[in-house]
Order: sequence, then C-alpha cells, then structure tokens
Amino acid sequence: MSLYLLSLLLAAGSGIPGLFLRRRGAEVAAGLMTASALAGIGAALGVLAGGPVPSLRLPALALTSPSLLVLDAIAAWFLIPVLLLAACGAWYGVRYWEDAHGHPRWVRLVFGGLTAALILLVAAAHTWLFLLAWEAMAIGAFFLVSTEDRLPETRRAAWIYLVSTHTGTLCLIGAFALLAGVAGTWDLGALPRGFASSRLGTQTFLLFMVGFGLKAGVMPIHIWLPPAHAAAPSHVSALMSGVLIKMGILGMVRLIAWVPDPPLWWGALFLGLGGVSGILGVAFALGQHDLKRLLAYHSIENIGIILLGLGLGLIGKSTGQSALAALGFAGALLHVLNHSLFKGLLFLAGGSVVHATGTRNLERMGGLAKAMPWTSAAFLTGSWAICGLPPLNGFVSEWFIYLGAFRAMAGARWPWSVGVLAALALIGALALACFAKAYGTAFLGTPRTPAAAAAHEAPRMMLLPMAVLAGACVLIGVFPMVIASALDRAIAGLGQALPASSRLAHLPLVAVLALTLALLALGLARWAWAGRRSEPVPAELPTWDCGYAEALPRAQYTASSFADGLVTGARWALFPKVHEAQVQGPFPEPARFESHVPDLVLDRVLDPAFRLGSRGLALLHVFQTGQLPVYLLYVLLTLLFLLIWMVV
Amino acid sequence: MSQALVPALLNLLFRAFVVLLLPPLIPGLITKIKAWMAGRSGPPVLQLYYDLAKLARKQAVFSRTTTWVFLAGPVGTVAALLVASLLIPLGHTAPLLAFEGDVILFAYLLGLGRFLTVLSALDTGSAFEGMGAAREVSFSALAEPALFFGFAALARATGSLSLTPMLQSHGMWTAGHLSGPLMLILAGWGIVFLAENSRIPVDDPNTHLELTMIHEVMVLDHSGRPLALILYGASLKLVVLGALLVDPLLPVLSKGWLNGLAFLGGITLLAVVVGLVESTTARFRMNKVPQFLVAGVLASAFAFLLLLV
Repeated sequence: MSLYLLSLLLAAGSGIPGLFLRRRGAEVAAGLMTASALAGIGAALGVLAGGPVPSLRLPALALTSPSLLVLDAIAAWFLIPVLLLAACGAWYGVRYWEDAHGHPRWVRLVFGGLTAALILLVAAAHTWLFLLAWEAMAIGAFFLVSTEDRLPETRRAAWIYLVSTHTGTLCLIGAFALLAGVAGTWDLGALPRGFASSRLGTQTFLLFMVGFGLKAGVMPIHIWLPPAHAAAPSHVSALMSGVLIKMGILGMVRLIAWVPDPPLWWGALFLGLGGVSGILGVAFALGQHDLKRLLAYHSIENIGIILLGLGLGLIGKSTGQSALAALGFAGALLHVLNHSLFKGLLFLAGGSVVHATGTRNLERMGGLAKAMPWTSAAFLTGSWAICGLPPLNGFVSEWFIYLGAFRAMAGARWPWSVGVLAALALIGALALACFAKAYGTAFLGTPRTPAAAAAHEAPRMMLLPMAVLAGACVLIGVFPMVIASALDRAIAGLGQALPASSRLAHLPLVAVLALTLALLALGLARWAWAGRRSEPVPAELPTWDCGYAEALPRAQYTASSFADGLVTGARWALFPKVHEAQVQGPFPEPARFESHVPDLVLDRVLDPAFRLGSRGLALLHVFQTGQLPVYLLYVLLTLLFLLIWMVV
Repeated sequence: MSQALVPALLNLLFRAFVVLLLPPLIPGLITKIKAWMAGRSGPPVLQLYYDLAKLARKQAVFSRTTTWVFLAGPVGTVAALLVASLLIPLGHTAPLLAFEGDVILFAYLLGLGRFLTVLSALDTGSAFEGMGAAREVSFSALAEPALFFGFAALARATGSLSLTPMLQSHGMWTAGHLSGPLMLILAGWGIVFLAENSRIPVDDPNTHLELTMIHEVMVLDHSGRPLALILYGASLKLVVLGALLVDPLLPVLSKGWLNGLAFLGGITLLAVVVGLVESTTARFRMNKVPQFLVAGVLASAFAFLLLLV
C-alpha cells in the first residue's frame, strides 16, 4: 500500500514545485510523475503477479464502513495505463505546452491533480471516496479542457463537458444511494443474489449505465467527447482518451464484478450499445477533417469494441458458459489497456503534427512523413494497432472478442452473436479506411500548404514518450503471452473462475507468426531495395501519374474525397452537409466546395432542442418585471394557492 | 519415424510449390481462356513468369514524393499473404498450422496487405492513385462482412473455429441439409473472390482507362522489383483466396498425392471459370459495385440463417 500511496502523493504534488521555480518546473513535474509512475506500476505489477492485495482501512474515519482503498487486480489493471500515460504525457508536455500557449504552470498543477484523482478512483472501495475522486477527475479535466479559453470553441467544449459530466455524476449519486440502501453499508462490494433481476436492480443498473456511459462516451450520450478532445492540449487529450473515459468502463466492470447473477438482457444491452458506438463512431470519424476530432470519434468506436467484449462476457456469466465469459472479459480488459496505449500514441503524434503545422485540419497537411519521419512512424504504428492489424496489440484484444463471439455462436445457446462478428468485421474495415485516410492525407503525398511544407520534426523530449508507447504496442502485439497471467488475475475478479489463457494456449504461435511476418518483410524489402542500386538512377524524378508530371499538390486526393464514397454510402446515418456553389455560364465565377459531418446527437438534436427550449422559456420574461411589489404579489398568490390546495 | 517423415516432407514440398511457384500460372491461364473465348491465340500461359524474371532485373524508379511507405506496400502485402498461406489448407492435404481462431488472423492478414497497399498508393501524391485507394477501402468494407458471415456459417456447421476443419469438412455436401447453405456461402465468397482479386465484373485488370480502375491504378507508379512483388502478390492472392472456394468442394481421396492433384485440378478449374466469367460479362458501373457486394453479404448471411433452422 505504501508504494501506491507514494505514487498518489507524488502525482498530486508533481505540479507544485513548478509554481515556485523560475526554470525547469516542467522537467521537475515530469520527473516526479515518472517517480509516481514507477512506484504505482510497481505496486500494480506486484498485485497482478499474484502478490497480496494491499488495502487501506481507517475504521475511525470511514463512516460506517472500514475499507477505504483496495488495490485489487482490476484496480491494478486500470492503474497501469493511468500512470504510463500520465508520465508520458508529462514528459511530452515539457516542450509541447510552453509559455507561448499560456498557463503552463496551471496546466501542470491540474494535470498532476487529475492523475492523482484517477489513481484514487481506480482503487476506491468506499462510495464517498469513489464519488469524490470521480468529481475531482471531472473538475480537473474541465480545467484542462478549458486551458485555451480565449477561443470560443474551447469554452463551448468545456461547458458541454461540464454539463454532461455532472449529469452523469447525478445519476451515479442516485445509483449509489440505491445500492447503499440495499447493502446497508457504504462499502462497495458484492451484491445479494436476485437483486439484479429485481425492479430496484433494474433502476440501479440503468442509472449506472447512464452515469458511466456518459463518461465512457457510449454512442447516444457521447456528446461531450469529440469537442472536448479536440479542444484540450494534446497530452491532456491523450490522458482523457486513454484513461479518463476508461473510468466509465471501470465503473461498468466493477458493477459486473459485484453482481453474481446478471440477467441476460444486461449482456444484450451491452452488445447493442457496443455495436451502435462501434459502427457509428467509426462512421462519424470517417467524415471528420479535424485530426483530433477524428481521433476522438475513434475513441467512441473503441469503447464500442470494449462494450462488445463486456457484453459477451456478461452473456457468458448469465448463461454459465465460463469459457465465453473468460474470452469476452479478457478481450474487453485487454482492449482497455491496448486502446490507452495506441490512442495515447496517436494523440501525442497528432499533437506533434498540430504543433508543427499550426492546424488540426487534415486538408491543410500532407507530405509530413518527409519532414517528421519519427512522428510519422509513431502515427503509423498507432494507426496499425488501432485498425486491429497483426502483429500489433490491437489485433490480440480484438481476436479474443472475435473468439468469444464465434464460441457463443457455435454453441446452440446464443446464435445471434453472429451480429457481433459482422459488427466487428465492419468496424475493422471502416477503421482501416479511416486511418488510411488520416495517415495518407497528413503524412504522405506532397504538402498542401506552405505551413505543412515548413513543418519540422518534434523535439526529442516529445518523441521519447511516443517511442515508449509504440514499444508497448509492439511488445503486446508480438509477444501476447507476456500479459496472459496478469490478464487472468484481472478477469478472476469478475467472478469468472476459468482463466482465459487456458483457452489460448496458442498465444506463442502468434509470436512465431509475427516474427515470421517481420523476417519475410525484411527479406523481401532487402531484395526489392537492392534492385534500386543496380544502375545509376536519376535522383529527382516526379511521380509518373500517367504522364501528368508536376501535378499540383492541390490535385491530390483530399481527406474528404477519400472518404466520400463511404460517407455518401452512410448518409442515412451521418447526414453530411455539403456547401456547393452552382457553376453557371460560359465564364463561371470561382466556386467553392465544402462538406462536413456534424455530430448527430449534439448538433442535430440537442442543440436545436435547447435553442427551442430557451426561446420558449423567454416567453416567461413577461412575468419578470423587476419591480418588488409585483414579486410580493407572486408570493401572496402562491401562498393563497397553496392554502386553497391544502384546504380542498 | 521415416515413414512419417517422408509424407510430411513431400507435403511441405507440395505447399512450397503451390505457394511459391504455382501462382503466376493462374493469371496466365485466365488470360489464355479469355483469349480463346475471343478467338485470339493470346500471350503464352507462362507470360507472368517471364514478366517477373524481367522485372527482377530491371531497376526501380522512385518518385521524389515517396518515402519508405512506398516500398512497404508491395513488401508487406507479399509477406502478409505468405504468412496467410501458412494457415490455409490446400485441398485435403495435411495442414501446416491450424489453431483455434486462425480464421481471424487469416482475414486480418489480408487486411494488413490492403492497408499497406493503400498507403503506398497515397504515398505517390497522385490523384489517380488516391482514387483507386479510396475505392479499394470502400468496397472492402462490404467484402469483409460477407467473408465473416461465411466463416460464421461454417463455424456453426462444423463446430470449429479453425480454417482447416472448416474447409476440409467434406461431409457438408453429403449431409443434405448442409449443401444449401454451403452453396450460398460459396456464392457469397465467389463475389468476395472477384472483388478482392479485382476481376471483372468489379474491376478490370486489363483496362486502359485509369479513371475506372481500382487495384491497378494503385500501383501505377511501382516499377522494377517492387512491381514484380505486386504482380506475384496478386497471383498469390488468387491462389490463397481460391483455396477458400475450392477446398469445400473437393472429395476426400485415399492417398495424399491424389488430394494434392485434386487441389491443383480445382484451382485450374477455378481459373477456367474466372476466365469464362470475364469473357461473358461486362464490368459494372462503379456505383453498381456496392450492390453486387451487398448481394455477397446477403448470400452468406442467408447461409447462416439457414443453419439456424
């Protein structure tokens, strides 16, 4: 426990020395965060290696229940990505968020506070502590999102986030109150059998799903996620997308752990939400030109994949198919870790691009692979992993979920999980399209603007965290057996006795195939490259392009045109907006074409609804005269009305 | 000991032959059939071997726009296909590798090849190649579910999650109630096969108008050895995906070498069928292609539904 507490204190205090130091405050903060990460990851690995579960009990302080903090296997599993991303983000932020952007000290202080809240949250075993940490996390993230509050877009994003997160907290307070009523204690722990199927259990479950779902960004209630991730500084976006939204998943995982007998429809609901989030998340991502918004929609997609895994696991738990439960839960938990690694990597690499070009718009980039080779390689690694392509880590977790879906379907009990298979296949193909678009438009081809042509490689301090995350992606992808036993311990906490690795004895085979693939690729590349040197070649040749030598950079395929076929194909869900000028007459005026995909729920439903609502409420201004006697009259009338009502 | 070793070695040699030497023959066969159907004599059947030998000696030209990604496309595609070919059974011969869930690895290795090809097309900065890349990813988004519905149906029918038992279950033809679903699966996969290998009616490998191409337009700028890899990779893909179609139809024969011959015969027959299809149909307009692919998705989805009753 002392290691864990040390980690908590170091993270919480990491920004404080920087307040008083004239120089090097950022390096000190990053150093403290690294120390915190080492301590915390050490504690977590101890638990995941089968060590004793440390816990903190304060009988005198904790009201009505003794346990305050318990670092069990699930907490340890979630703690690792939190600390890894916080440390990487802190080092990245040293050069990324310098004085030019404003408030660097404030950002470091709150970043440390947010990390501490996350560390506290994963191990919280007491309702009040959980809610306090939850709220601290929400407020910390709000401050970080609103860092650049001189931009109206950022202020809007921050407010939307604040409103959504508090709506979620409200639901959670209600749900926890209901739970405490049943359990009779503020301790978080196992619930009695039969509770889940009762009416009260259903209400609690739905409240929890809204509260945790809002945080996780599940599709119909994801509204805060894209604007907030786009507006926040990139290392904060990495932390938010990598671990903050996973706290919603942590909540759901805890809920699954507490309930011994979940009804079948819980699993079906998870699968439905997962399918919708996954497919629509990636479909909306396809329509985006803003690099960070695109990544944010991909977070929704990956939350969908995690929910699909949890749903399969829940179905396995309800129907007593322990192999299915193990595969579903293992896939979901591994995807939680994997997604934080590759999405953190993508946000950091994307941040370097934004830093170098001064824009988030993909259409204004191009050809960056030449100027920023290392950032380009990092972004490619992240794209490769997020598409679930072998031999990187995204494949391993999606593979578990696929296997679970196949297993559920092959058994006679649940044939409809074929929908999960089709959804995963579609998500995979669309994600591939989207990242081919993002990577291709930003890094390949020729620069589309002078700013992109003048881009420079990120400093080493920003490349190093990316290298760490990319290395972790490759490690888990090529040698998946290294995490097998830790994963088993984590899913054992979900009431699932069967270890997943017993179903996956062939994980080492994946390593062999991955290495074969790498060796083959190396050999072929050597052979193909050797052909180049056989005779002297003119050094500078343009792209042949069917004879259109010296084609303009503007003639390249853009991100919008690349995705146009798919976006048009899915227009029944995306409703893309196209602004197109009519070209008329023999000497037409210069015409513009523009298309974008606004968010379905926020921009098409909630925004108009709230606008209409506020217009309707404006009618009440008539009663607001501003004169005291009139208000006193209202009081009198109300009292009279109440009196009459009581008498009658 | 030696009695077990000799067939295993022979099997290995057979696999090496099918994967490394045979593929360039298949496009040659298809071209020959098309030429005969059109009343021409056509290029020699071995033409692709000559082309590959020539390209291997030629120097490659790299545009100044390109980076290492340009080379990663052909290299990665061939490497991924070679690894995928380790997983697929060739007829009823003994498999090399089979484990639970290798189906998914197989499908994702094909995806990896596509991802790298698309990126290497975008690396040239050419609008034509961007167009081809956009079409490739859009159409494959529909081909993927068709492939997976087929896998799902086979998994349900055979109770296995590995390619080898799925494809080598000859009993499906003899068990009457399974032959209907199998026909639907093969119809769906046939469409996937034509689309993934860029054959008519989805794409025309011989067209001369870049605006209408899909796969060929993505590799316009490759030359020399990278182009040789692309051509070999395309022919290997014909064999690897062709095995999906051929395997379930082959009868189980008593001797190993007979099974090998049967597989070769099946692949040859497939090439003839593709040649006949290409000679008798025109390619679709680009906006009709999605409908054709959706038909493939529906066929394999129906196969799955039939297996539920």
